[in-house]
Amino acid sequence: MTFNRRIAGIAAGTAAAIVLITWYVMSWVTSFPPTVMAGTTGGVTNVTFQTVPSYGHQPHPDWVSYLVKNTQGQWVHSTVVQVPAHSLVRLTIYQFDTATGLRNPLWSQPRGTVGGTETINGKPVASIDPTLTSHTFAVPDLGVSVALPGVGDNAPNQCSVTPCALSMAHTTITFTIRTGKPGHYRWQCFVPCAAGFPNGFGGPMQTVGWMDGYLNVA
Amino acid sequence: MAPDSLQAAKTPDTRSPLLRPNLFTGVIGLAIGYIIGVWIGRRVGTHLDWVSAIDQNDVSVLLGYSLGTIGYIAGLGLLDYPFRRLLGQRPVDVVKKDTGAWRYLTVSTDHKVIGMQYLWGIGVFFFIAGLNAMLIRTNLLRPSPPIFSPGQYLTIVGLHGSMMVMMVSSIILGPFGHYLVPLMIGARRMAFPRMEALTFWLTPLSGVVLMSAISYGGFPTGWTGYPPLALQANAGMDAYIFAFFLVAVAMILNAINLMVTIITMRAPGLSWNRLPIFVWSMLATTVLMLLGAPVLVAGLLMMTLDRTSGTNFFVAGAGGSPFLFENLFWFFGHPEVYILALPGFGIVLEILPVFARKPLWGYRLAVSGLLGVALLSFMVWQHHLFVSGINSNLRPFYMLTTELISVPTGFVFLAGMGTLWRARIRYSVPMLFCLAFFFNFLIGGLSGVFLSDVPSDVSLHGSYFVMAHFHYTIMGGLIFAFFGGFYYWLPKMNGLQLNERLAKIHFWTMFVFFNSTFLPLFALGLMGMPRRVSTYAPHLQFLNDWVSVSAFALGISMLVFLVNLAYSYGIVRIPADANPWQSRGLEWQVPTPVPLENFDEVPTILAGPYEYGDANAPPVARLGPILPAVAGD
Amino acid sequence: MTTDNTEPAPDLRRVGVVWLVLSVIGVLLVIFALGPHIPPGSATAQAHEQHKANVIISAILTPIAIGLLVYFAYALTVFRQRGDVIEDGPPIHGNSRLQGAWLIGTVTVVLFLAAYGTYALYATESSAAGAGGGQGATLISAAPAGALQVQVVSQQWQFTFRYPQYGGVETTQLALPLNRTVVFHVTSLDVIHSFWAYQLGVKVDAVPGADNVADVTPHKLGTFNVRCAELCGVWHGAMATTGLVLSPSAFSSWIAQQRVKNAPATRHLPPYHSVYYPDPIERAG
Repeated sequence: MTFNRRIAGIAAGTAAAIVLITWYVMSWVTSFPPTVMAGTTGGVTNVTFQTVPSYGHQPHPDWVSYLVKNTQGQWVHSTVVQVPAHSLVRLTIYQFDTATGLRNPLWSQPRGTVGGTETINGKPVASIDPTLTSHTFAVPDLGVSVALPGVGDNAPNQCSVTPCALSMAHTTITFTIRTGKPGHYRWQCFVPCAAGFPNGFGGPMQTVGWMDGYLNVA
Repeated sequence: MAPDSLQAAKTPDTRSPLLRPNLFTGVIGLAIGYIIGVWIGRRVGTHLDWVSAIDQNDVSVLLGYSLGTIGYIAGLGLLDYPFRRLLGQRPVDVVKKDTGAWRYLTVSTDHKVIGMQYLWGIGVFFFIAGLNAMLIRTNLLRPSPPIFSPGQYLTIVGLHGSMMVMMVSSIILGPFGHYLVPLMIGARRMAFPRMEALTFWLTPLSGVVLMSAISYGGFPTGWTGYPPLALQANAGMDAYIFAFFLVAVAMILNAINLMVTIITMRAPGLSWNRLPIFVWSMLATTVLMLLGAPVLVAGLLMMTLDRTSGTNFFVAGAGGSPFLFENLFWFFGHPEVYILALPGFGIVLEILPVFARKPLWGYRLAVSGLLGVALLSFMVWQHHLFVSGINSNLRPFYMLTTELISVPTGFVFLAGMGTLWRARIRYSVPMLFCLAFFFNFLIGGLSGVFLSDVPSDVSLHGSYFVMAHFHYTIMGGLIFAFFGGFYYWLPKMNGLQLNERLAKIHFWTMFVFFNSTFLPLFALGLMGMPRRVSTYAPHLQFLNDWVSVSAFALGISMLVFLVNLAYSYGIVRIPADANPWQSRGLEWQVPTPVPLENFDEVPTILAGPYEYGDANAPPVARLGPILPAVAGD
Repeated sequence: MTTDNTEPAPDLRRVGVVWLVLSVIGVLLVIFALGPHIPPGSATAQAHEQHKANVIISAILTPIAIGLLVYFAYALTVFRQRGDVIEDGPPIHGNSRLQGAWLIGTVTVVLFLAAYGTYALYATESSAAGAGGGQGATLISAAPAGALQVQVVSQQWQFTFRYPQYGGVETTQLALPLNRTVVFHVTSLDVIHSFWAYQLGVKVDAVPGADNVADVTPHKLGTFNVRCAELCGVWHGAMATTGLVLSPSAFSSWIAQQRVKNAPATRHLPPYHSVYYPDPIERAG
C-alpha cells in the first residue's frame, strides 16, 4: 500500500473512531429527563406525582423513583415539571413506598406550604413521625419541604413495578405552594431512601429523573 | 552493527509480523478477561445482599477490570518471557526493528518506539480531556437553566480532572523521558525494556477504563475521590479507582526503570556534574513517583474494600474516618503535582541554553532546586487540609514548609534568568514556549503563596482561586513546556520538520487565550465561587462567559496545532536536519533517524552539554563510527 | 566552573531603577487603591484578618513579580541575536554572590510570611485567632463567656442550623446577632461538605463524625452568602443559602419565632450533640 493510501486509511479510521466515541459520550452527557407541563384549572395549577419503591424497568429496576403525570393523564418517568410563576400550585403525591425514616427529623414538619400544613389521606397535619417517613418533596430555594409518610411494611397489595395503580397500597399527600418569580428550582428528597447505598443517599438520590428534579417556574 | 551479546543468546521471533501479539490480540485478551471477571463477580454478588437492591455489582466491575487487565497483558505478549523462564524454556524475544508502522502497535523493547507510543497514547487523552473542559465551560455559560444535568456535569468534571492528572501527568516523562534519557546519557537502552513496554501499555488501558465510567453512570467525586461520597457513588467510581490504580502501578515501574537507568547506565565521563538538567528532573520525578504512588494504592485499596466488602475504613460511626483517606490521598497528591511540575522545569532549563547560546547559569543551583522541591514536597500535604478540622497546631508547620518550597522553585527561575543575561536569544518556537512557561509559572507560583498562608487560604480554599492557581502551574507550566519540548525534539524523533508559521500561530493564540481564560478565575474565586459547581451567583455571569469564550478560543488554538501535525507529517513531510537547532546535547549528535542501537560504540563524554561561548570547550562526547541507518528489515 | 565576579553591567542599574520606581508605585497602588476592595472585606474581625493577609501578601509579591517581569522584558529585548548568524554568548556559569543573595532574600521573605501567618492565627486579639478557618475540635483561644453556639448541620444538600442555647431548635435559616461572638460547630450527617460564609470570613469543613469549630464576631448588619465549598454530590453547586446579621433585639425575636414555628419538629430531634450518627450509616438494606 502506498504511503498516502495508508495515511488516508489511518486518518479515516481515526476519524470514524472519534465520531463514534464522541456520539456515545455526547448522547450520555446531554441526556436530560423530559419537561412535563402542569395543567391549570380554575386558577390553580395541579401537579401529580407518585413515588414508587422500585421502578421495575431497565435501566435500574430496583431504584426508588418519582414519576409525574402529564396533562394526558399518563405517568411519565421524569422529575422536571413546569409550572407558571406567581400562582398557586397544588401538588398531589401518591406515595407507594414503605417507610425508611429521616436522618434529620427537622424535615418531619411541612414548610413553605400555604397554611403551613400538609394533608395526608384527607387530614391536615402539622408534622409526622419522622421514623414513618418514606420520602420528602423539598425545594430548598423556595423554602418548601413536605414529608411523605410510608405505607405499612405489612400492607397488602404493595406496588413493585411502575406505573403504580391507585388500587395498590398507598398514602395520598396534598399541599399547595405559591410560586414567585420565574426560575429553575431544584428539588430533592431528604429521606435516605436509596436502599443499599451508604447513608441511603446514592444512586437514585443523586440522579435527576429519579429522586431529584427541577421545578421550572415560567 | 555491533552485536549486543544479550540479543544473540535469545531465539529470534520468526513468526510473521501479523501473528505476533499486538494491540488487537491485547484487546481480545482484555475482552475475554473482562467477561470472565464479570461472570465471577456475578456469582460473588449473589452472596452480597445489597447488590440486588442497588442494581450495580461493584465486585463484578472490578473483577472484570482486573482479569481484563491480565488478559490484555497476556494478549500483548508481555507474559511470554516470564512464563517461558518459569517453565525453563529458552525465551523468544522481540527483535527490534527501526522501520514499519506496525512496530508501534506491538510490544517493543526499543525505548524510542515506546517514546513515540507514549506521545500518541497520552496525546489522545490530552485532547479528550480538553474536550471535556470545553463541555464544562459550556455548562457554565449561564447559572440557570442548566445545560447539562448536574450528575452528568459532575462526571465530566471528574473525567477532565482525572484524565489530566492520571494520564497527562506523564506527558513529558512518557514521550520525552523514555525517548531521550538513554540518548542523553549515552546508553543504548533503558535498564528494563520489557517493564518499560508494560508501563506504556498500561497507560492507554487506564484511559479506556476511565472513559468506561460513563457506561456505569459516571462518578461524582472529581479527581480527588473523597469518601464518603465515593462510597455512595455508582459503579463508575470503580472505573476511577481501577484506572488510578493502573496509573500508580505504571508510575512505580517507570520510576524504578528511570532511576536505575540514570544511576547505573551513564556513559563513561558522564559525571553528575555534566548530567543534562532534563535528566536531573527525570531523576527527581522518579523519587516522587516511587515514594508517593504506593500510598495512593493503599488508599485506593481501602476504598475498594469499603465499596465491595463491607469494611469501614472511611465510615465515621463504624470505626473509620474520612480524614484517613484525605491524608493518604494528599500524601501522594502533593508529590503528584510536583511530578507534574518538575519535568516542565527540566525541559525549560534544557532548552533555554540552546536558544540563548549560553551555558545554563547556576547549574548546581538548578539541580539543588529540583532536588529540594522533590524532598520538600513530601512535607507539605496538609496544606490541602488547612480548614478540614486538622489539629490547628499543625498548621503553622505546614504553612512554613509550603512557603519554603517556593525557595527551590525560585532557584529554577534564577537559573533561567541568569541564562538569559547577555545571551544571544533566538526566538524559535520552542524558546517562545519556554519563555511563556516562566510568565505562566510566575503567576501560578505567586498565587500559591496566597494559598500557603493560612488566613488567606481560609477565604481561598475550595474556590476558583485554587483552580486558577493549579491551571497556571500545570497547564501554564507543564503543557507549555511539553509543547516547547515537542517543537524542539520532534525533528529528531521522527525526522520531519514542523511548519514554523503554523507553530507561531499556535503559540500566540494559545498563550493569549490561556491567560484570558485563567486569569479571571482568580477574580471569580475571590468573589466567592466554589469549585466544581454547576451553577453560580448571577452577578458572576459576565466573568464566566468571558472565561468560557476564551476557553473555546483556546481549544481552537489546539486545532491549529493538530492542523500543523496533519500538514507537516501527512502532506508535505519535509525531512529535518540531524541538528537543526545547533544544540550541544548528546541526543543531537546522533543522526536522524536515530539508529536502532542509538550509538555505534558507547560514547565517552568529554564535557557538559551547555558549554556554549567557550571556544576551547571540547565537543560533548567522542562517539564511535556512525553507520548509515539500515533501511528495511 | 567559571564564576563571573565583575561589576554588574550598566544595563543592570537602569533595570534596577525601573524596578524600584514601578515597585513603589505598585505597592502603593496595591495597598491603597486595590487593597480596600480585596475580598473578603471586613464585616468581621476574622474576615479582616484574611483581608489583611491578602493585602500584605499582595504588597510583598508585587515587587517580586515586577522585578521578574521587568528583568525578562529587558533581557528579551536587549539580549537578542543580531542578524542571521548564530553566535554564542559569553560562557557565564554562575555568580556565587548573586546566588547567595537570592537564597538569603527568598528565604527571608518566606520566613517573614510564615511568621506573619502564624501571628495572624495565634496572637491577634482572641476573637480573631484562627482567622475564621475550621480549627478542629477545639478553638485556638477560648471564646468569651457569652458566645452564641451555633451548630451547622450539613447534609446532602442543605445546611441547617441548631441553636443549643435556645432549646436545641433547628432552623433552615441562619441568623446571628450583631457584635456577639458566634462559635460555629460544623458537622455533617453524611459526606464531607464545607460551610463557607463568605462575608463572615468563615470556612469550615463538615466531616461526618467530627466537630469542626470556628468562631467569628459579626460587626456589620446585613446579609451574607453561605455556599458549600467541598464537593458533596450532585447538588453541590446549588447548596447555598443566605444568612442574616440582625441587631440583638431583632435576633431575640427571630429566635423566639423560630422556636414557636419549629416546635413540632423540635420534639422529634435527637438531643443536641457535637456529632450525630443517624441511621443508616452503612448500606441501608
